Amino acid sequence: MLFGPALAVSAMLFVIGVAGVLVRRNAIVIFMCVELMLNAVNLTFVALAQRLGVAGQIFVFFVMAVAAAEAAVGLAIILAIFRHKETVDLRNINLLRG
Amino acid sequence: MTLAVTWLWLIPLLPLAGFVANGALALLRPQAKSAVSVIGVGVLVAAFAVAVAVVAGLAELHPAEPLVFRYWQWMVVGNLHVDAALQLDQLSAVMLLVVTGVGSLIHVFSVGYMREDPGYARYFAYLNLFVFFMLVLVLGASFPVMFVGWEGVGLCSYLLIGFWFTEKANADAGKKAFIVNRIGDFGFLVAMFILFQQFGSLDFTDVFTQSATTLVAGGGVVTAVTLFLFLGCTGKSAQIPLYTWLPDAMAGPTPVSALIHAATMVTAGVYLVARCHVLFSLAPVSQEVVAGVGALTALFAATIALKQWDIKKVLAYSTVSQLGYMFVGVGTGAYAAGIFHLATHAFFKALLFLGSGSVIHAMHHAYHATHAHDDAQDMRNMGGLRQYLPWTFALMWIATLAIAGVPPFAGFFSKDEILGAAFARGATQPIWYLYWAMGLTAALLTAFYMTRMMLYTFHGPNRTGEKERTHLHEAPRSMTGPLVVLGVLSAIGGFLNVPVFMGGSARLEHWLAPALEGPAALAAPAADAAAGAGEWILVALAVAIAIVGIVAAWRLLDPTHLVPARLAPAETGLGKILWQKWYVDELYDALIVHPLVWLSRRVLWQGVDQGVIDGGGVNGAARTMRALGWLGSRLQTGEVGFYVLLFVGGVLAVLGLATR
Repeated sequence: MLFGPALAVSAMLFVIGVAGVLVRRNAIVIFMCVELMLNAVNLTFVALAQRLGVAGQIFVFFVMAVAAAEAAVGLAIILAIFRHKETVDLRNINLLRG
Repeated sequence: MTLAVTWLWLIPLLPLAGFVANGALALLRPQAKSAVSVIGVGVLVAAFAVAVAVVAGLAELHPAEPLVFRYWQWMVVGNLHVDAALQLDQLSAVMLLVVTGVGSLIHVFSVGYMREDPGYARYFAYLNLFVFFMLVLVLGASFPVMFVGWEGVGLCSYLLIGFWFTEKANADAGKKAFIVNRIGDFGFLVAMFILFQQFGSLDFTDVFTQSATTLVAGGGVVTAVTLFLFLGCTGKSAQIPLYTWLPDAMAGPTPVSALIHAATMVTAGVYLVARCHVLFSLAPVSQEVVAGVGALTALFAATIALKQWDIKKVLAYSTVSQLGYMFVGVGTGAYAAGIFHLATHAFFKALLFLGSGSVIHAMHHAYHATHAHDDAQDMRNMGGLRQYLPWTFALMWIATLAIAGVPPFAGFFSKDEILGAAFARGATQPIWYLYWAMGLTAALLTAFYMTRMMLYTFHGPNRTGEKERTHLHEAPRSMTGPLVVLGVLSAIGGFLNVPVFMGGSARLEHWLAPALEGPAALAAPAADAAAGAGEWILVALAVAIAIVGIVAAWRLLDPTHLVPARLAPAETGLGKILWQKWYVDELYDALIVHPLVWLSRRVLWQGVDQGVIDGGGVNGAARTMRALGWLGSRLQTGEVGFYVLLFVGGVLAVLGLATR
């Protein structure tokens, strides 16, 4: 098995996700980047499950389930924001500024 | 132990019960004046009767040691044990009789004097409370119990000076008395602390028996203790430098001045020195200070009394001066002479004050009847009162002769004994010759200013006013009655203690001997030590001085030239300085009061409180928190990207730390 490359790909995916969340301003894109990070983690779980037992693969299912729920809630929030502000650009969404 | 002596507890309890009853009446039924009079006077007369019985019982036993009655444990803290205990010995017996006896007479007088006052019940409540505390003071068996009485009489003095508190001057006089007394009380407290540290006990018997054996005569400890005690005395007994409150205390009702500020409370300092005679006899330096301050006060106050126009102010300075005499007596080691003068002074000064009360009463009624607003206490508004107030006139002359030291009235014997003792001690310590000379000069001034007061008040033409004159009349029986009793006492009180060389038996001295003769190693040699002829010369000198004073005043002062106060010209020269009381009040204001006010206002209030505590502490804390909050709020940009950046940075930092 390509154990090392699998971990490397997951790390790259994760960093791409983080970088996307950090630099992008569009809420949808950021949301996608979050999903990317989740999947990067899933990939790590699967890769490590080969060495450390099946528990990692079980975790992946949980993560996918939670990610689905999170996607539903997250998209609902983004839709609500869009209805309210007519934009999903996070630069304009700063109600919590101190 | 005879039964009578065990009734001792009843004596202070009766006035306390009177206070509770009258206090309740003052709150619930302030108009029930007859009930108040019966209770107020009744408890005092009853206390006097019990006191007589108790002292008679004491006379039967005539114990060498004081009788101590322990009632309950008051406080136990570590090594400190203080019992609520009363002590009866020959010294406190004398005080007991003076306080309850003169107190009863003054209570009776007050019934007439205060009858129309709306605060009648409150007045008697305070007066009863005062007598209770005064009795605790003289009967206490330890320093703390005595201190309770000491503070209590100060409180009642404050309450009664400011009795007519709606006028600011009266309330201020009360505050002044209280604050000045505080300075003295500080000395009393420090003395107690030192004594406790030395002996581990504050009971009189413990302290005095131990001090006789353990303290070094003339040593630092005993000198410090006695000087601090004397500081307490200067406050309570109005001696230099703390005497200034007493003349102002005349703002209270006149019977209060008679009871508290002449006969009893102000003599507490003399009693304290006599009570602690063991300590004072061990400290010759303190004795010199006590007698010196006493002599100086006697002379100084007498000069001020020369130029006062307010009849009560004359008597107030006279009291300060006579208290000085008592301190010369106890400072010289002639404790019995000091106590003797205390007793005779209580008689004639109470008589003088009550007599002046009778005069003021008449003047006040006259002015009240015509709605005039002249000063009822100013002697320039009086004159010729002898035809309107014949009883008061005659009785006050007796008191005047007594205070001036004319034989055979009371003051002659007691004053002479003090001066004789001071002169006798001069043989070994020449400074006492100076004290004696000062005392003698003060006696001359006393005779002079007292005659002046009588002359301006009762002799010459009347200056009250045409309309007012018809309203002048003698006081009612309830007021002249006590005056008569006091007049008799002032006339014959001196025979209590006729010295041996005059063919007497010095009865008071023998009576007091068990209480006042201790290890008096350094006490003055007894007055008998001087040669008989020398004694007679001293007596003749004192009498001559008194008569010179009276005659000089009679000759030099002319009441016909006086004009009523509102027409009087301003004083000039030395007269003005004396009239302004040597500007001592102004001096104290400039040296102590104003710097203190400045310190509290500018430094403590505006500097420390407003600046440091409010500004730096309270508001500073708030300001710091707000600044930190502002800094923190800079993090809350509201931009999700920034939050995430921080979040990632935080995660990396944690991971970095965890995997290091």
